[in-house]
Amino acid sequence: MKTKPKTNDLILQTVTKVATFVIVLFSIHIFFAGHYTPGGGFIGGLMTSSAIILLLLAFDLKTVKAILPVNYLLLVAVGLVFSVGTGTGALFFDAPFLTHAFEYFDLPLFGHTSLHTAVLFDTGVYLVVIGVTMTIIQTIGESE
Amino acid sequence: MNNFVILPILIPLLTGIFLIFLTRKVNVQRIVSLISAIISIVIAFTLVIEVKTDGIQVLQASNWDAPFGISIVADMLSALLVLVTSIIVFSVLIYSFKHIDADREKFFYYPLVQFLIVGVNGAFLTGDIFNLFVFFEVMLMSSYVLLVIGGTKIQLRETIKYLLVNVIASALFVVAVALLYSVVGTLNIADLSQRIAEVEQPAIITAIAILFLVVFGLKGAIFPLYVWMPGSYYAPPIPILALFGALLTKVGIYSILRTFTTLFYHQPEYTHSIMLYLSILTIIFGCIGVMAYMDVKKIIIYNIVVAIGVILFGISVMNTEAIAGSVMYTLHDMLIKSALFLLIGVMIAKTGTSNIKRMGGLMHHNPLLGWMFFIAAISLAGVPPFSGFAGKLMIIQGAFKAGHYAGGIIVLFSSLIVLYSVMRIFIYAFWGEKKEYDLAPEQKKDNRFLMLPIGILIAVSIAYGIGTEAVYTYVSDAVQVLMNPSDYIQAVLKEG
Repeated sequence: MKTKPKTNDLILQTVTKVATFVIVLFSIHIFFAGHYTPGGGFIGGLMTSSAIILLLLAFDLKTVKAILPVNYLLLVAVGLVFSVGTGTGALFFDAPFLTHAFEYFDLPLFGHTSLHTAVLFDTGVYLVVIGVTMTIIQTIGESE
Repeated sequence: MNNFVILPILIPLLTGIFLIFLTRKVNVQRIVSLISAIISIVIAFTLVIEVKTDGIQVLQASNWDAPFGISIVADMLSALLVLVTSIIVFSVLIYSFKHIDADREKFFYYPLVQFLIVGVNGAFLTGDIFNLFVFFEVMLMSSYVLLVIGGTKIQLRETIKYLLVNVIASALFVVAVALLYSVVGTLNIADLSQRIAEVEQPAIITAIAILFLVVFGLKGAIFPLYVWMPGSYYAPPIPILALFGALLTKVGIYSILRTFTTLFYHQPEYTHSIMLYLSILTIIFGCIGVMAYMDVKKIIIYNIVVAIGVILFGISVMNTEAIAGSVMYTLHDMLIKSALFLLIGVMIAKTGTSNIKRMGGLMHHNPLLGWMFFIAAISLAGVPPFSGFAGKLMIIQGAFKAGHYAGGIIVLFSSLIVLYSVMRIFIYAFWGEKKEYDLAPEQKKDNRFLMLPIGILIAVSIAYGIGTEAVYTYVSDAVQVLMNPSDYIQAVLKEG
C-alpha cells in the first residue's frame, strides 16, 4: 500500500488561515472601489477566487469543499441572474436595455452615499467570475 | 429607442440562465425551452412587421449615444434572419426531445442551445463590430460544449480541431478589429461606414478588409478555409449538427454580407474579385465533395459548402439582383439544410447506418419520410416552385447582368450536381426491395414523432417557395439597406 508522503506545510497552512481573510477583505474593497476608481466585479472576483485557490493549495479539495459547500455552477447562474436582471430592469422603466440609475441617500454610519444599480450588475459579474474560475480549477484538480 | 430589438437576444439569455437551475428536471427544461422558442418566434415575427412598417429599428444600449455606446440594430436582413433562426430552433428543439439522449439532456444541452441562440441572434442584430466579435465568441463557446458533450472518441478528436481553428480565427478577428480601430478610430458599423467613405478606403483598409474576409471565411467555411468543417460537423448528434449546419456558417456569411456591403465597398475590383474567385472555387470543391462520399452526413455537409459558395458568389457580384438572390438563398438554405439534417437523422435512426449503400428500401417502411426527403432534395437543388429557385435565379441574373457569365454558368451546373447528389441519396436509400435492418432491439424506436418538426420546416420552406412574391417585398427592403449604406447610417446615427 502506498502511504501518503508526509508534507511539511505548517507554515503555508498557518499563513493561509490569516492571509485568506485579508485577501477576501481586500477583494471586497476593490469590488466597491470599482465604480469611480480602478477595480470592480471582475478583478474583485478574481481576487476572491485566488484566496480560495490559496486554500486549495495549502489544504486539499475535500477540506475546501467542507469549508465552502458551494455549487460553483449554480453560483455562475445566480451571478448571471443578477447581471442580466439589472439590465432587464431598465426595460420596465422604459429606458434602453442596461441603462443604470443612481440616487443619493443619507444612510446611518455611511452618511451621504450614492446607491447605484451598477453595483448590482457588478455583484453578478463578481459571482460569475468566482463561479467560472473555481469550476475550472476544480475540474483540473479533480482529474489528478 | 426601441427595447423590442434586444428581446431576441434577451429571451434566450434569460431562458438559458433559468434552465441552469433546472438541470436535473429534464421535462421542465423541455417545456421551458419550448415556451421560450414560441415566444421568440412571435417576437421575431413582430420585429419583421415593425421593421417593414417603421423602417430600421435601433436601440442604444445603456442609453449612450450612437458612436460611443453599443447600438443594437434591426434592419430587414437582421430581422428576417432572426425570424428564420427562431423557426429552426423551435423545430430542432422538438426533434431533440426524442433524439438527444438523457445524458446530454442532463448535461446542460438545453441551456447551451439557448446560449448558442444568444450568440447567433446577437451577431445578426449588433451594430458594432467589436460586439460582433463578442457575440461570435458567445456562439463559439456554446458550440464548443455542444460539440463535445457526450464525450465520444470522435467528438473529442474533432472538438480539438474545431477549437484550434476557431481560437486562431478569433485571435485574428480581434487583431483585425484592433487594426481597423487604429486606422478609423471607431467601432460602430454605421460610423465606420461613414468614415471609410470619407477617406475613400485607402489600401490599408482594403488590407484589413481581406483580413476580415479570412476571419469570416474561416467561420463561414469558404475555400480554402472550409477543411475543418466536414470532420467537425460529422461528430455531434443530429440535432446539434442541424443547428450548426443551419446557423453557424450562415453567421459567417452574414458578417461578410454586412461588412462588404456596408463598410468595404469602395474597392470592389480588388476585394470583390477575390471573393468571386474564392466563391467559384468553393462551389467547385463543394461539388467534388458531394459526389465523393457515400455517407449521407458527409454529402449534406458538403452541400453546405456548395451553398456557401453560391451565396458568396452573389455577394461578390454586388448588384441589386445578385445581393437579393443571396439574401433569398441564405434564408432558404437555412430552412432546407436544417430540414435535411433532421431527415437524415431519421434515416440513420431507422437503418442504423449512415452509408447509403446499406440503406435501401426505406420507402416501404416510411413513405412520408421518403416524400419529405424528395421535396427537401428538389428544393435544395432549386427546382421551381420550391424555395431554392428564386434565390438562385436572381443570383444568376445578377451575374449575367454584371458580365460574369462563367461564374453564372458554374452556379447553374452546381445545381445539377447538387440535384445529382441528393437524388443519389434518394435512389439508394428509398428505392429497392423492402429489407430488415440489423438493429439492436433498444435502437428500434418509434420515429413518427420526429416527423412533426421536419414537417414544420418543410411546410415553411414550401410556403417560402410558393409565396416568393410576398417574401420578395421583405427581401427587397433588406437589399435596399445593403445597397445604400446611407440608410443604415442615418437610422443609427440620427437616432436621438
